[in-house]
Formats: sequence, structure tokens, C-alpha cells
Amino acid sequence: MKFTLGWLKDHLETDASLDDILERLTMVGLEVEAVTDRAQGLETFVVGEVLDAKQHPDADRLRVCQVNTGTETVELVCGAPNARTGLKGVFAPSGSYVPGTGITLKPTEIRGVMSSGMLLSEREMGLSEDHDGIVELPADAKVGDRAVDVMGLADPVIEIAITPNRGDCLGVRGIARDLAASGLGTLKPLNAVPVAGTFDSPIKVSLDFTDDTADACPQFVGRYFKGVKNGPSPKWLQDRLLAIGLRPISALVDITNYIAFEYGRPLHVFDADKVTGNIHARLAKPGETLLALNDETYELDGEMTVIADDKGAEGVAGVIGGLETGCTEDTVNVFLEVAYFDPVRTAMTGRKLNLQTDARYRFERGVDPALLKHGCEIATRMILDLCGGEVSNIEIAGDDPLWWHTLDFDLSKVATLGGTDVDSVEARRILEALGFSIQSDQGSRVTVMVPSWRPDIEGPACLVEEVVRIYGYDRIPAVSLPRDEQLPELALSPLQRRRAQARRLLAGRGLVEAVTYSFMPDTQAKLFGGVDDTMRLLNPISSDLDVMRPSILPNLLAAAARNQARGYGDMGLFEVGPQFPGSKPEDQQSVASGIRVGKTGPRHWAAPPRDVDAYDAKADAQAVLADLGLPADRAQVTAEAPGWYHPGRSGALRLGPMMLAAFGELHPAVLKALDVKGPAVGFEIYFDNLPAAKAKKSAAKAGLNLSALQPVNRDFAFVVDAGVEAASVIKAAFAAEKGLIVDVSLFDVYEGQGVGEGKKSLAINVVLQPADKTLTDADIDAVADKVIASVVKATGGELRG
Amino acid sequence: MESVEKLREELLAAVEAAADLDALEQVRVSALGKKGRITDQMKGLGGLDPDQRRETGQALNALKDSVADAIDARKASMEGAALDARLAEEKIDVTLPVRPEETGRIHPISQVIEEIVAVLGTMGFKVAEGPDVEDDWHNFTALNIPADHPARQDHDTFYLPAPDGEGDEGRLVLRTHTSPVQIRTMQNGEPPFRVIVPGRTYRCDYDATHSPMFHQVEALMVDEKTHMGHLKGCLEEFLRAFFGMDDLPVRFRPSYFPFTEPSAEVDIGCSREGGELKIGRGGDWLEILGSGMVNPNVLRNCGIDPDKYQGFAFGMGVERMAMLKYGVPDLRTFYESDLRWLRHYGFASLDVPSLTGGLNR
Repeated sequence: MKFTLGWLKDHLETDASLDDILERLTMVGLEVEAVTDRAQGLETFVVGEVLDAKQHPDADRLRVCQVNTGTETVELVCGAPNARTGLKGVFAPSGSYVPGTGITLKPTEIRGVMSSGMLLSEREMGLSEDHDGIVELPADAKVGDRAVDVMGLADPVIEIAITPNRGDCLGVRGIARDLAASGLGTLKPLNAVPVAGTFDSPIKVSLDFTDDTADACPQFVGRYFKGVKNGPSPKWLQDRLLAIGLRPISALVDITNYIAFEYGRPLHVFDADKVTGNIHARLAKPGETLLALNDETYELDGEMTVIADDKGAEGVAGVIGGLETGCTEDTVNVFLEVAYFDPVRTAMTGRKLNLQTDARYRFERGVDPALLKHGCEIATRMILDLCGGEVSNIEIAGDDPLWWHTLDFDLSKVATLGGTDVDSVEARRILEALGFSIQSDQGSRVTVMVPSWRPDIEGPACLVEEVVRIYGYDRIPAVSLPRDEQLPELALSPLQRRRAQARRLLAGRGLVEAVTYSFMPDTQAKLFGGVDDTMRLLNPISSDLDVMRPSILPNLLAAAARNQARGYGDMGLFEVGPQFPGSKPEDQQSVASGIRVGKTGPRHWAAPPRDVDAYDAKADAQAVLADLGLPADRAQVTAEAPGWYHPGRSGALRLGPMMLAAFGELHPAVLKALDVKGPAVGFEIYFDNLPAAKAKKSAAKAGLNLSALQPVNRDFAFVVDAGVEAASVIKAAFAAEKGLIVDVSLFDVYEGQGVGEGKKSLAINVVLQPADKTLTDADIDAVADKVIASVVKATGGELRG
Repeated sequence: MESVEKLREELLAAVEAAADLDALEQVRVSALGKKGRITDQMKGLGGLDPDQRRETGQALNALKDSVADAIDARKASMEGAALDARLAEEKIDVTLPVRPEETGRIHPISQVIEEIVAVLGTMGFKVAEGPDVEDDWHNFTALNIPADHPARQDHDTFYLPAPDGEGDEGRLVLRTHTSPVQIRTMQNGEPPFRVIVPGRTYRCDYDATHSPMFHQVEALMVDEKTHMGHLKGCLEEFLRAFFGMDDLPVRFRPSYFPFTEPSAEVDIGCSREGGELKIGRGGDWLEILGSGMVNPNVLRNCGIDPDKYQGFAFGMGVERMAMLKYGVPDLRTFYESDLRWLRHYGFASLDVPSLTGGLNR
């Protein structure tokens, strides 16, 4: 919402400075977005009259002008085609700075003629791109006056943001009312004295709705003007419209725009001679079309309100008028429309037509339902003043919209909700200054009537806001929150803690955390199980972000590909976040996923890097599970992972039926599709599948038994079929003598010469920890025999000879 | 019989002359070995008379000790020199780079959320969460944004199909703010409430200052007494702690949100001198978050009696907080996963924010 300081002061009697006004606007909730003082830098330019313009003796296109500046007559050389004797222009004296050219003027000789000062174009003034000629000021402009005053530029333009609840401040008067209430001046009285008509309108108005749709337009006030003259509007009016970015069109149209911005009250004027028969407000007939004032044709549907004549639609109610019955310079008879349209229907109509207008903007936020007849009177006076003519009696269809309602309000709520103790006299004053009227008053309990222009006021909380915002939010004392308990409980739930912990652990293991979109291209989602139609966005921001991600991994791999394209080939990335296999709230999964790509590190003189492999990903997954207090060593490792992994080089960590994590090399086809240069491995840890953290009775750790006896190490190598899993050897060895065997580690895998085709050798180290006595050689041999027997039985292998 | 004195001189000279450990060993054998000269002399003692035997024996024993000592001393010195020589040979180039250790990073979004939780957690707020895919009721209607409300248009909502083939009415949305979690929290519990809700949010908008996905942290506090003064106190303390400035100016000004009444925008002090934005005292203001007292309609929608309970809510953009605090210039870079960016703006894994140990190192 834009307006000028002078316009505001038409409604607000105030001595406050511009800065004070700006500050107060923001502090009552009308946030100042910009203030433009268009006169800034142009103050030294004055009205100059060209007393004489002669052809330059040495240049075809230049003229030598004698210019009266009000204080002296100067000679200057001017190249503008419109420089002529008698013209009044904008004179910039020597020494002044010309903003459009960036030059400070000084007397200059131009082709042998001394030129002092300059007559300016709009572009040279920095006002527009117009450089076809110099500015022509009105013939009655007084020579020597400041050009900015004559041009209507001296009035600063203020732009404020209006929140959707404040339709009343889409007019200058509403803004003035808020400022007056805040003590920054006095609201001037509204001048809406009725103008008596001299005849009855030949155009009648009817509201053609059913009971169900009557609220589309409860009231229509119309008035007929005859014999008007619709020329250009006066300069002061044009200046104000130009200042707020509106193009002056003709007096009648400018008046409707002016009143829309002055009172937030959109109007429409028909050229009465182009109206066929009478005016009807009704719902559009499906398929009915309208050629609108913006030269576009709109197809209407049965939900939209139109203003029609006997022939057809002549305007979309509350949105835009029709071209056919619009006013032109030739208009002599006018029919004025002042109507109330349902905000919701107007908004829907505008949305469906994809058409935003100043009228729609106001109607959908709710115009003042009590300002129909008054609005009509204000417009009448202005039309008669500016265009002359005669006016009819008012033509009214429908009843006054039902707007009035009262609220019971306990003034003590200002303190208990608003947090500040506003004196009750002051609270009453504020409410009344804003237009609320106090109907009954019993101590702190009052009944207030809400003003017609504030449909947003629904209950006591709204009244608290009104009082406190005008009183000043800055006067609310800040209070620290009282404690609920002695010390706050943990802020994080166990699952939240697990995610935070996993994040820190993975970063500690060298992986870099990424945050990627929750959406991805369908083509990539398909590589990761795909999504059904419920996870396909109806309005994606682009075709490559069209489905919700079923997995985090493709986003990480796509990031890897982008980094590789920048020359960074090796990396580890992870993300802890949601994935969306379905659209029900419980379908959303919480997952930590990571990838490692390329080499384990940069080339190094002492530690040559190697390709990442599935065991790196397995280590990441196991480390997270272990860190989260899960029995990572007890989890079964199975060679079954989702299809986006290499089928022979991937696995899952399971506890019973629950897959805690998957890991492995990523499928070469996936890498190819995502343009990732491998090797690349990944892991996924499914938080929702992890067993709940057990509530511990105490933080104490289990007791520690330190044996005084030395452990005994024995190595074994077994030759087994190549397909035998290492885990079965380790498990069998462990089981051989429970209690005594405390550790089994596998330290060698060998396939090749010496172990036979289709076989492999697995070497393990077994640690025996005696509990109460040193083991004899015989004891040790007995255990060794059991280990061998157990492994042979479990794997069908044999001790390597 | 040789003179003991002469022998001492010869042997000590030989010890001194030995060039290396081998030569020294030869000297030892020649003097003290089974057939060594001192040993020989000892063997000859038997032929002497008792007095002479005792006297010569003592002299030989003394000689033996002193030669042995001399050999030991010489040996120690030779070994020391040999060690020195070896160590000199073993010199390494200590300027060579060490073996690489991988250093991961925490994304600034995660870090800032943890910082926010660290501050508000000390005020008794607990973290609550909800689904990213929401229904219309939780995301809009319950928050006092009915279907025809103009605010809905500002939300640029992403839609998903209705799950059971219901028409447009039943279509799902990607939550446009974290506020639906307020609703879920209040529906599923009993007041008082103090929750913070960090999470992903979505709006169908993409340009230099908008991302289709971004993060918010929402806070909700409801009990029987909380008023706007508490909202101010909570946010002033929070913002000053978060930005690490005890004197950070904080300003509340009236605004409008459908789900709060009264509503307030919160600004913090800043300076824009020389085109550079700096947080702190500086005579200018920067909008940082939206807040207000929970609208009674919202409480009612959650089955909470607005005549008995009241409270506040506020919400902020995580990326915006991160950009302001850490000087990240461009919103879109948060999601690009550029390794160079992540390493530069990311945080070490051990930088865990806390109010006792410091929000930042």
C-alpha cells in the first residue's frame, strides 16, 4: 500500500515529523517497507521560462535560449527539439548536480556559445527514461519556483506492508485512524454530506440471486450522472496517482482509483449510454465471456458474480470492469456502482481467472460494509466537482450488509494475556479512537461494538492486540520463563538422541554431512524401489523434483556425481533424515545413510590409499549400531540387501526379523544411471527398526573381573569350501569351549595354490582366558582339539596341514 | 715373572688402543681369558712362598679389577659412540606430512538446530516432531487458516494426491511450516506444554531467497498464565544467547498470523553500514522471526479450553539463523552438497553446542 505524506495529512491533523510517522507506522503494525522522497537531489532546480530560442549559428540541431530563472536571465545552448520561445521548463543552474547524467554543471562553451545551466528532460532528472525532449511545465507555473513543487514531487511516498487482516488500511483514511489512535495527531472528520439528486436514475438495479447465493452481493448502490465532461483529471489528482504508481486515465476513472486508495473503497463507473437496459448483479452463466478493461477476454463460470445489463455481463464483480461499457473521453452520462461483494467469492473468482487487481485485493480482504451510501456520496461530490453534470437520486438494491456485532471484554485481559498493565481509561480511549464503541461498562467488564471496517476482530484476544499494539509492544515488560521443574528434563527423546549421536559419530568417522531435498526425480526413485502414485507431487517445482524420496542414497550419489564433475572424486557423505515410502504419517522413516566413493584418501607417501569397499560401509554401519548401545556383534550379518546394492557384495545387519542396517557396494547399474564414477559403497541405518533403548536402572557399569592369569593365544587354519562364510568358522570356534574362549579373530583368508580348487583357507586366532588356574599343555591341547572338531563339524572343512 | 706394574701399563695401553669392540674383546681375552696374561700370572702364584704369594695375589687382583674396569669403561664409550652414529643415520625428515586422517563435518543446519535446542532446552522446552506429509486440517484448518483464507495463497503449498482417491478435498500437503506439530502435540497431550519443533518444511517457490525445502524451528508454550511478557522474555534471552551478544537489541512489533492473536514480528538490532550486514547494536533492524499468543481458535481446535489456557508460539527459519550467525551468503547453497562448502561452513564432530560448555568454540 502506497500513499504520500500529503495525502495522509488530508486525514490526519498532525505536527509529527516524517521520521516519527514512519517509526509509529511500523510500531502499530503497519510496517514501513520503503519511503521515497522523490524531491531529494532535485531541490535546486527551478521553473525557467524560455524568453527566446534561436537557431545556433554553428549547429543545425542546437538552439541558443535566453532563459528567465526568476533571479536572472541566462543564455544556454539546448539540443531538445521542443525548446522554443515561451516554454516553461526545469532549469538546472550552473553548479548543480544532474542525477540522470551524473554531471555537475559548469559554464561551458558549446560551438562558440557560452552555455550556463541546462533545461532538463525527465531522464536527466532521474524520473524516467523519457529523453525525447525537455520537461514542459504548465504555462501558469511561476518562474523561479522549485520545480519539484510544481511537478508534485515534493510529497514523500510511503509504502507499507498490510497484513491480510487489515483491509481497512488499504485506504489512507484507515492508516490515519491508527496513527491518530496512537496519539500522533487527530483524525479529521469524514466529509460525506449527502448530495441531493435532481432526477430518478433511468437505470435501475436488481440483485438476481437465490437465497443460497444472496450473500454474493447483499447491496448495490448506484447513481446516474448526466452531462459530465470526462477530460483529464486535475494535476493534483494525477500527481497523487503517479506517486503511488498508477497511470492517470481520465477524470472518472482516476476518481474511482483515488477513492479506492483513499477509503479502501473500490468503485466502478459505466458509460451509461453503452448500458443496455438495467443493471443486474447475478452469478455468471457458465461459459459467459467478458472482454475486460485490460483487453483480455475471460470465460466465466456459475460461481462468479457479474454485473450485467440486459444484454450480458459487463463486469466481473469486485475484480474488473468490462471494456464495452467502460468510460472514455467521450462519456457524458455515467452510472456509478458502489457495491459490496462477498470476500470469499471474490477471492475465488480472482484466483480462477488468475487476475489480481486493486479492487479484488480490497474486496477479498473485506471492504467496509457500512461505507456504501457514504462512499457513493463521496464519489458523487468528487465527480460533480471535477466533471460537472447533474446527479440522480440514489438507487439502492438490497439491504445494508449485516456487519455489526458486539464483544464482551474484560479489560484485565490486557494484563493477563497482553502482559502489560494498561490503565483502563487509556484502554477505553484506544478502543474508541479505533472506532470501537463501548456499549456497556461495568468496572473492567465492557461490551464493545466492533467497527464496520474491522471484520477481523473476532474475540477478546483481538481486542487485547488492539489495545496493546496502540499502547506499544515496546512497553510490555519482558519476563523470564518460570521453571516448571527444578532442572529441565531432557529435551530430546531417545530416538532424537540416537539420531544426534549417529550424526556426530559418522562425522567423527570422516564422513561429511549433507542435507538434501526430500524430493527427487522419479527416474532416480525407480532405481531405489520406486514410489507409488501417492508419493508423486501434484505440483512439483520442476520435473526433476517430482516424487518424495523413497531413499536418501540417490540424493547422496547425485551429490557425489556433482562433486566429481567439479574435480573432487573421492568423498564420504552422509545424511540423517526422512524418507517416504508411503504417504501415511507412520510411513515416514528415519534413516541415516552414507556413501563412500573412490579411494580411502588422497595419495600419500606413507599410507597409499586403496579403493573403498563393502567392508568400509559395513564398518560405518556397525560403528553406529555399537555406539547406540546395540549389540552390533550379536547382530546377524546376512548377505541379503536391497536391490540397489551389488548382489554379491552387500549385506544386512539383522536382529531377528528386523533389518537394522544394510550396507555394501552400490549396484554398478545404479552408479551408471546416476553418473557416479565408482567404486562406491553405501549404508543405510533404519532407526525405526532398532530395538528401543532399554531404560537402565542405574548408570553403573557391570563389574569388572580382571584375571591375574595370562591369556593363551592359539592359531588355527582351516581349509573350507570357498562358499563357507567366515562367520560360521568364528561362531563354531567360539562355541567350542564357552567360558574359556574369550575372543576369536580371523586374520587370514587365502585362496589359491596349496588349498585346492574351490577351497579357501581361513586362519583364526583363539584367545583362552583361564579363570582360576594356569592352563597346562594338556589343557590347551584338549581345547584346541575341541575347536578343530567344532569348526570341522560346522563347516565340513579340515585343519590345514 | 713380569712386573705387575709393567703389565698394568701394557694392558691399559692396549685397552686404550683398541679401535673397536672386536679389538677390545681380544684385549680382554689376552688379559683376562683362560690363557690370558693375568690369568697366567695367577696360575704362577702357586710356586711362590706364602708371603710373596699373598702380596703378588693382591696386586694381581687389583690389576685384574682395574683392567676389567678399563675394558668396561672403554666398551661403554664405544657403544655410546656407536649408538650416536646409528641415531645420526636414522634421522628422518620431520617436515614430511603425517598420514591423512579423515575429518568429517556436521552440516550447519544440524548444528544450528542443536544450538537452538541447547538454549531453549534449558528453559524447559522439549523437542517434538511430526510428519512432513500432512493433511490439510493439521497444516491449515486447525491453525485457523480456513479454506478461503487469503493466507493460504501465500503458502505456495506442494500437494500430494488424496490417499484413497478422495478428490481435492482430501489431498495431502507437504507441511508448509512446522506449526502442524503444535496441533499434534496439543491433541495428544494435556497442558502445560513446552515444546520446540525443528523440521523440514516445504513451499513451492524457488529463487535466490526461496528454496522449495527449508527448515524451521517452532516453539509452543501453553499453560494457565503465560502472557506476552513471557514471550518477550523468552525470545530476548534466546536471541541474545544464540547470537552470543548480551546487549543485542530485540524489538517486537505488531503483525498478523492466523494462528496467533496478538501477533508480533521480532526484529534484532543490526547495522548495514557500507552495505555490510552486522548483527548487534547499530541503529537498524532486521526481521528475524514471527511470534504471538496462541489464537484461542487454535486451542479450541485441539480440544483445549481457551478460557483456561493460553500461551505463546514462535517460529524461525533455521537457514536464516545460520546465514545471519555464520555469514553464509546464499540460501540455495545449503542443499547443494558441494564438498568445498560443507567443509568450509560445516562443524567438527566434537563441536557439540551446550550452554555450559559454550554454544560455539
